[in-house]
Amino acid sequence: MILFVKYDFNKACETLLKEHLDAYDVSYTLGSLGEVRIKGSLSEEQRKSLAGSLKRYGIEILDDQKITLVERIKNAIDDLLKNKELKSVKVSSYLADTLNYSYPHLSSVFSESTYTSIENYIILRKVDFAKELICNTDLTLTEIAFQLNYSSVAHLSGQFKKTTGLTPSSFQRIMKKKMNYTVNPNT
Amino acid sequence: MSTKLLNIALADDDEDDRMLFSEAIEDISIRTKLSLFNHGQELMDYLNLPNVILPNLIFLDLNMPIKNGMQCLKEIRQNPDLKDLCIAIYSTSSSERDIEETFLNGANIYLNKPNNFGKLQDSVERILQLNWQYHTSNLNKDTFLFRI
Repeated sequence: MILFVKYDFNKACETLLKEHLDAYDVSYTLGSLGEVRIKGSLSEEQRKSLAGSLKRYGIEILDDQKITLVERIKNAIDDLLKNKELKSVKVSSYLADTLNYSYPHLSSVFSESTYTSIENYIILRKVDFAKELICNTDLTLTEIAFQLNYSSVAHLSGQFKKTTGLTPSSFQRIMKKKMNYTVNPNT
Repeated sequence: MSTKLLNIALADDDEDDRMLFSEAIEDISIRTKLSLFNHGQELMDYLNLPNVILPNLIFLDLNMPIKNGMQCLKEIRQNPDLKDLCIAIYSTSSSERDIEETFLNGANIYLNKPNNFGKLQDSVERILQLNWQYHTSNLNKDTFLFRI
């Protein structure tokens, strides 16, 4: 004999969550996207036991520590890029030293929650700085490349083109036009 | 793994293009919720609803009946409630003039409709990844231009 069942995934998860949360003496509301707002807080022990009991249903309590760590990594990268004295430091050892975690750990936490790697993020950030310098200063590309620690203008241009789909000079042209355009959109 | 959902909107009058796009976006590791609109006016009506959850990224076809993509772009950029939305133009035109004009009018991304599905998927994935970084990091949105 075969039975066919139809199930509402959301309702199943919600009921499950409720049943388990009711075991703890706390009031809570369920939000969308897997958010559980708890009035007050769970003790470390309660949290652990809740995580344990949910685990066998494939429900995992996400660690906001990871998200905080990602923010700290991003801040450290910003410091590193802005601080001229740190130009010659290796990124991996700088991050490992300032944040006190091994680089492979940082790297995997970062990729897990940002859809990109630390390396790609640094490129994106550097190109963002280059954009800022192109728009707001009179520095030449050579000077910008030097300031952002690129080995050559070609290297900067290549990374710029790869990240934005535009060459630095066409980017500059568009941004200049755009500024005039916004000031006086009728011309 | 992140639990946040990216809200995406696509306005395109071509049914096949809408279908291909939905299929492409479904298989991407970034979790999305896609809303489809048949033309520009339908999109604008939606964006102007009270209490609407605004999309994180809007894909706009340029050639559409009733209200075309360029008109939508201009309207969105002139509306104080909408002007910070991230906008990608999704068009078959590869004319430099069209591309520049959309950037000047405030588009962030210009995506040429690719001629095969694999390419479309790659492009959409790159755009979503990049867009995600702009949402979660302090990158400057005013200089966010990307052509693919």
